[in-house]
Amino acid sequence: MISDKHDDFTPRITSFLCKWCSYTGADLAGTNRLQYPTSIIPIQVMCSSRVDPVFLIKAFLSGSDGVLMGGCHPGDCHYETGNYHTRRRFAILKEIFDSLGLESDRLKLSWISASEGPKFAQVSNEYTEQIRKMGKNPTRKSVFL
Amino acid sequence: MNSIVMKQDASTAIRELLAYLLSSSRVDAVLTMRQVPETGSCDLGLITDPSGMVEAEPFLPVMTANAGQALSSISMSGKRIAAVLKPCELRGFTERVKREQGSFDNLLTISSICGGVFPLEKVISGDLEKLVPRYIEKTARAEAPRGLRETCKACEEFVPMNADISVSVTEHGSLMHLHSDRAEEYTEGFEGERIEARADQSHIDRMMKSRSAAKGKLFQSLEKSSGLDGLVDLFGKCVGCHGCSRVCPICYCQHCDFESINFDYNQPYFQESLEARGALRLPPDTILFQLGRLTHMSFSCVGCGMCSDVCPVSIPVAGIFKKTGERTAGLFDYVPGRDSEEPIPVMVFKEEELGDIG
Repeated sequence: MISDKHDDFTPRITSFLCKWCSYTGADLAGTNRLQYPTSIIPIQVMCSSRVDPVFLIKAFLSGSDGVLMGGCHPGDCHYETGNYHTRRRFAILKEIFDSLGLESDRLKLSWISASEGPKFAQVSNEYTEQIRKMGKNPTRKSVFL
Repeated sequence: MNSIVMKQDASTAIRELLAYLLSSSRVDAVLTMRQVPETGSCDLGLITDPSGMVEAEPFLPVMTANAGQALSSISMSGKRIAAVLKPCELRGFTERVKREQGSFDNLLTISSICGGVFPLEKVISGDLEKLVPRYIEKTARAEAPRGLRETCKACEEFVPMNADISVSVTEHGSLMHLHSDRAEEYTEGFEGERIEARADQSHIDRMMKSRSAAKGKLFQSLEKSSGLDGLVDLFGKCVGCHGCSRVCPICYCQHCDFESINFDYNQPYFQESLEARGALRLPPDTILFQLGRLTHMSFSCVGCGMCSDVCPVSIPVAGIFKKTGERTAGLFDYVPGRDSEEPIPVMVFKEEELGDIG
């Protein structure tokens, strides 16, 4: 049951995870039986650069409390350069959020490799905690978006 | 820099130059603002007959369409074209060339130190006739005329960045500056005294001062629209016509994602939305549309102001794009339209950059 109290609600974090690194990292965390919160809602994508920033905005405006973008470490992209493009687009998106006074902390970019199951669990836990402190995304209930 | 002294006013001199280019077969067509003498109505026109030059008003302070957008397809026709462009139109065109939507190959670009343009409503209301003489007088003195587009008042990029020929008009006279070999070649044989001169820097500095002040004011006025509530307030009246993207010189996609089936919602979507929020705004996605456009092209925004001008509900779209665009372009020290060789920020990357942006 989702409570309205800020400190004990379960955030919804829409997570775009690349098939080759972050999603595999999440899988590894699972097979290693590492604990990470149910707040992470994973969506597998072929590459982080496949994600149009519009997807992230859509998730944000649809009421996701946080939006996580996971990709391979720079230099390790399965398609060689995809994540470098992701990094630029993400920086642009954050800048736009900042310039319009939107909460850019609700967007997160993280590089998690296929072997970093523990890092995936750690990022999930920390980000969930951070979002929990921020409270629910006001877009959850806002009608006129 | 090699410059030609213009004896008459700048419009007449450029009209003569354009007629000369056509009659000497150096170009096949001329793109310029026109004004129909009988009706006073104005538009952007492509002229091939030197006698058609009587209707040309190259420096009419109106932008019926961003000429950079209009020039896009005709610049690739293989015909040689001379185009009179405002600095932001030239920058818009340059951005399109980078997106393979145009070419400088057969083009002679003529631009001028720009005093700004009037909103289209002034054209419709018929006030233009009265406004233009005063406009010419004021801009020659580096003063800001009244009633300009908001983004024009706040424009600091009024000096053409990469034109073949640029025109500067001050109280002391008008000059045609030749910036490229192509300009030298095309103007060969055109009458007029040649001197070594640059645009008057003190004139530019005086213009810059009032522009910078107006920009500060414009950006400050947008602060109140910040945050989620501010945006809801601002775009609450959006009718979703997408006119802003149609007239944008940067938005070139023939099949805009926002008009695709991806955003053509069906019954279950509306149902879900209603259940989650208890109400639904129609048309949906007006904020998503603008935020999405910002991520797609804000770093290339040239601040021409077309979007605000065509907005049927007067949303200050151009101000928002200019303000945010300066920040997104600033991340990569990018200046839209500065140089056609400078790659678009989202098409390139450096291996080490941006630090920890998580």
